[in-house]
Amino acid sequence: MRIPLSWLREFAQVPADATAEDVMADLVKVGFEEEAVHRPTDELKGPIVVGQVLSLVKEPQSNGKTINWCQVRVVPEGQEQTLAGKGIDPSGVQGIICGAHNFVEGDKVVVTLPGAVLPGDFHISARKTYGHMSAGMIASVRELGIGEDHDGILVLSRIGLDPEVGTDAMSLLGLYDEAAEINVTPDRGYAFSIRGVAREYAHATGTSFVDPASKVTVPASLQGGYGIKLNDDAPIYGNPGCDRFVARTVRGVDPSRPTPPWMVSRLRLAGIRSISLPVDISNYVMLELGQPNHCYDLDKLSGDIVVRRAVAGEKITTLDDKVRALDVEDLLITDDSGAIGIAGVMGGANTEVSDSTTNILVEAAHFDEVSIARSRRRHKLPSEASKRFERGVDWHVAGVAAQRVVDLLVELAGGTADEAGTDVGIAPDAVTIELPSGYPAARIGIDFTEEQITGSLEDLGAVVRKDESAGSYSVTAPSWRNDLETKEDLSEEIARLVGYENIPATLPVAPPGRGLTRTQQQKRRVVQALADAGLTEVLSYPFVSKATNDTFGVAEEGASRTAVKLANPISEEHGYLRTSILPGLIEVARRNHSRGFRDLAVFEAGSVFLPDGQLGTPSIPPLGIKPSDEVLDGLYDGVPNQPLHVAAVLTGHDSPAAAEHKPRAWDWADALDVARLVGDVLGVELVVSQGSHQAFHPGRAAQLALRSGAVVGYAGELHPKLLAAHDMPARSVALELNVDALFEAAPDVIVAKHISGFPVATQDVALVVPQDVPADAVLAALREGAGELLEDVALFDVYAGHGIEDGKKSLAFGLRFRATDRTLTADEASEAREAAVAVAAERFGAVQR
Amino acid sequence: MTDTLPGAAIPNPLDEAAITAAVEDAVAAIAAASSLEELKAVRLAHTGEKSPLSLANREIGALAKEHKAAAGKLMGSSRGRVNQALAARTAVLEAENDARILVEETVDVTAAPRRRRAGARHPLSTLQDRVADIFVGMGWEIAEGPEVESEWFNFDALNFKPDHPAREMQDTFFVEPPEAHLLMRTHTSPVQVRSMLEREVPIYVLCPGKVFRTDELDATHTPVFHQFEGLAIDKNLSMADLRGTLEHFARQMFGDEAQIRLRPNYFPFTEPSAELDIWHPGAKGGPRWIEWGGCGMVNPNVLRAAGIDPDEYSGFAFGMGIERTLMFRNEVGDMRDMIEGDVRFSEHFGMEI
Repeated sequence: MRIPLSWLREFAQVPADATAEDVMADLVKVGFEEEAVHRPTDELKGPIVVGQVLSLVKEPQSNGKTINWCQVRVVPEGQEQTLAGKGIDPSGVQGIICGAHNFVEGDKVVVTLPGAVLPGDFHISARKTYGHMSAGMIASVRELGIGEDHDGILVLSRIGLDPEVGTDAMSLLGLYDEAAEINVTPDRGYAFSIRGVAREYAHATGTSFVDPASKVTVPASLQGGYGIKLNDDAPIYGNPGCDRFVARTVRGVDPSRPTPPWMVSRLRLAGIRSISLPVDISNYVMLELGQPNHCYDLDKLSGDIVVRRAVAGEKITTLDDKVRALDVEDLLITDDSGAIGIAGVMGGANTEVSDSTTNILVEAAHFDEVSIARSRRRHKLPSEASKRFERGVDWHVAGVAAQRVVDLLVELAGGTADEAGTDVGIAPDAVTIELPSGYPAARIGIDFTEEQITGSLEDLGAVVRKDESAGSYSVTAPSWRNDLETKEDLSEEIARLVGYENIPATLPVAPPGRGLTRTQQQKRRVVQALADAGLTEVLSYPFVSKATNDTFGVAEEGASRTAVKLANPISEEHGYLRTSILPGLIEVARRNHSRGFRDLAVFEAGSVFLPDGQLGTPSIPPLGIKPSDEVLDGLYDGVPNQPLHVAAVLTGHDSPAAAEHKPRAWDWADALDVARLVGDVLGVELVVSQGSHQAFHPGRAAQLALRSGAVVGYAGELHPKLLAAHDMPARSVALELNVDALFEAAPDVIVAKHISGFPVATQDVALVVPQDVPADAVLAALREGAGELLEDVALFDVYAGHGIEDGKKSLAFGLRFRATDRTLTADEASEAREAAVAVAAERFGAVQR
Repeated sequence: MTDTLPGAAIPNPLDEAAITAAVEDAVAAIAAASSLEELKAVRLAHTGEKSPLSLANREIGALAKEHKAAAGKLMGSSRGRVNQALAARTAVLEAENDARILVEETVDVTAAPRRRRAGARHPLSTLQDRVADIFVGMGWEIAEGPEVESEWFNFDALNFKPDHPAREMQDTFFVEPPEAHLLMRTHTSPVQVRSMLEREVPIYVLCPGKVFRTDELDATHTPVFHQFEGLAIDKNLSMADLRGTLEHFARQMFGDEAQIRLRPNYFPFTEPSAELDIWHPGAKGGPRWIEWGGCGMVNPNVLRAAGIDPDEYSGFAFGMGIERTLMFRNEVGDMRDMIEGDVRFSEHFGMEI
């Protein structure tokens, strides 16, 4: 909402030297946010005066254009002596070149004299042009920054002005005024008006306020006016779509009358373009009183006006000349011809006032918030009217606003008001709230005095009665404050008017807590361990394309790749939620590559979205009531599975190249190592097997599982085609783990192991096995066969080639034996080794080299 | 020394002057040896088999019985002196030698390669942990919830009326099909509702996490960002308790000089509601109040939705943006730096903020 200061001053005590910034600072105290300052003089500087064109000589130019060489009087005759040193010719007449042709000798115009500055930092000076010394400029509204009119220069008579030559044109056009723009929270519809903001300004500054509604004299009753019927046969939530309709008639309006500059100026500062006098008056009254209203061309109406819901298939052409298909829930203003307006949202084109309209029917009605909000959303028509109606308009101000429009049409447009008028509808019951005397103090923490409580509420316009016996106040909220419904609302108002800065600070003590949960600690450990291991944590967006999800989705054979689809994504390319973190990381890696960083190790911990079964719920319970357990379970179950995943991508080399240091290229085993690190910090063993995943190299992917067999992730080299497609370095590797599953698998209690002090006996063994036998399986066989004397076994060499039969490989293992109760003899160790080899031989045909 | 070389006269082991002269020759030669190699040569010359002292010593056997004792004593002490000198000189030369080797092994430590890659946390994640730790220290617990959420938890349970403009101002991502009433949470407040449903009062929880709005990415907006929201439900909580908690938190976060300011505002889930500003003495362009978040006393309808009696319990809630906090605390000028994943951004912070 933009508040022109001159307008605010009519109703509130704004100091003469207060700027828009000062006004905003005061309004912030009562809960508005500063948005912007609109001040024409920030861009516009005088001297800019009224001039009269004395003569005008048309001079054709070689380029085909014709320019006017004008003599313009800018100082009243006889006052020329006041001009010394002001860049004005001593005669008081300036010679000025002008390219526009929409004016004649004798016209009064706006002259920007040398030294003036126009919007766009355009400095006016006397300069030689077209063979003359042009000492100033005859201005258009566009050049002055007050309109879009391209048609030529501003001729003052055409806006109803005949000022003295030499008058300060900036003052004449209201250009010294300024506006404060504030953000109004959605509960405070009343503040979308000068009336509401002036009242709030008075609250903020403790000064007096004149209600603009009180300045309008409304007839005690209206009768015999235009026929209006309220026929809502489908109220929403039981609230009739229209519960008041005031109609007034003004005849004999002069369509040639221009809107006075002061009104144009205020509208412009308020952000509304001047259109025609009746429309400007309508907007002006809406801004002043907060009551949207509409002017119909009376002669285009036929029969009674009926307010009703639309019927199926009905259409309307709205003011913006668009044909709109109506919904049966839309509330309409209709006459015998059909729909003539979507109630509270936008009027129809057929009955709008035009430049030939002389008889006007004024509408000021009160509509249901929900009905208007839905129509506005349905038709995507956020109008000034709908903005106010859906936040709530004062039921009681409709008659006042209609009268104000009538008064202005009479005063400014030369119309005559009919005595007769129409006012139908039923006033809502005033809301009365019970406020226990001690409640505001308990809620806010300020020990309010009785005067503070009653005074604040009365300042708002509420009626306060103290009920001594009940120890409470009975508060009737003012009609314009539909947001006041509960004792909490009233407590806020009291705190707001007394000032939030008076709230003291006390620190409540929470009961003993449990600290971070195990899962929270586990997550932190994983993230920290990866960073400690030299990886860089990054964050990426969860929005991906369907194709991306198909590539990175669950690899399980035959598993359907379902994903969460967004109804209103940022773009179609980002229409789904990720089922894997890798695409985001690959994007991050690519971005880093393009910025010159090829050696990377990046990781992210974040949710992925894996819908399973029921998606959402067909309905949701109402607000303000705890749903049944059954309904709650439905809500919980409808939320898709969103496990925490950790993924990493490693590209290029493991460290920066340096003197005496040769970096190593990351390879598939590094991906496994990082995955194992995650398992290690959680105390969870990852079982590795040859994996298959469409994003990975078919021969260099490890599937990672828990001991239970549950697959928890993949690690290995990314598929060469995928790397090429993403312009990634060859041999880049990656891993991804469902760490939620790891958290669950982490041991609760680790049972201590006896540490033997007896010496170790080491034995090496080289086994020849077929190429396709996994080393890990052979190792497991050795471990199994070696029995309990085996302390550790590790693969230390893999060899194939000379000396080894084709299709086979040699795996060399180191075995460490130790007993807990004695020193092993060499024979005992050898015996255990042979037992180990025997199992490997039996299982895989392993032969000792 | 030439006169002591083999072939020279063998001194008489009873001739004290001659023996002493031989000893002094030896000691002088030992002292003059400047390396272990030279010393070895000196040792051979003065204590070797052909050395004057060894030869003289050998002569003792040929002496008359009554002279043997005196000659033995003289020779013993003389050879002792030489050996002592040798040992001392050896120690000195060995120490010099060791020192020289160490000097020769000198490297330029400033040219050390960095073999280990330095990892880094994302500052948003570090900051989130730090905020959580402050509240855990106050006895609060950390609560988490899903990012795709039921519309009821995100709006209705928080007293957003179905057709109220406030609901639209959240710029919500909805999940297909809209009839399923699922959305991407627009704030972490649904976690507050879940906490109230799952826990016993009194409740003191902090809910950090990712939230989503349909904003286009620019210098100050991002469709994905992070919040932390606090919720306290207890008997007799007032706005003063809210202010006290926020002040305490602000001081933990920004130091004892930190100041906060509350301004009236509107949120459907709190009544009264307030905007929270923090005084930023180091702000670019001079000290000023910075909008930090929103807060207020929990609306009774929110308590009712969670089955908590608003006549018995009251509560307060607050929420701040983590990106915003990082932006003004650490002078991050552009939102895009935080979300693009340029490793330089995280690596600049390392493990700290």
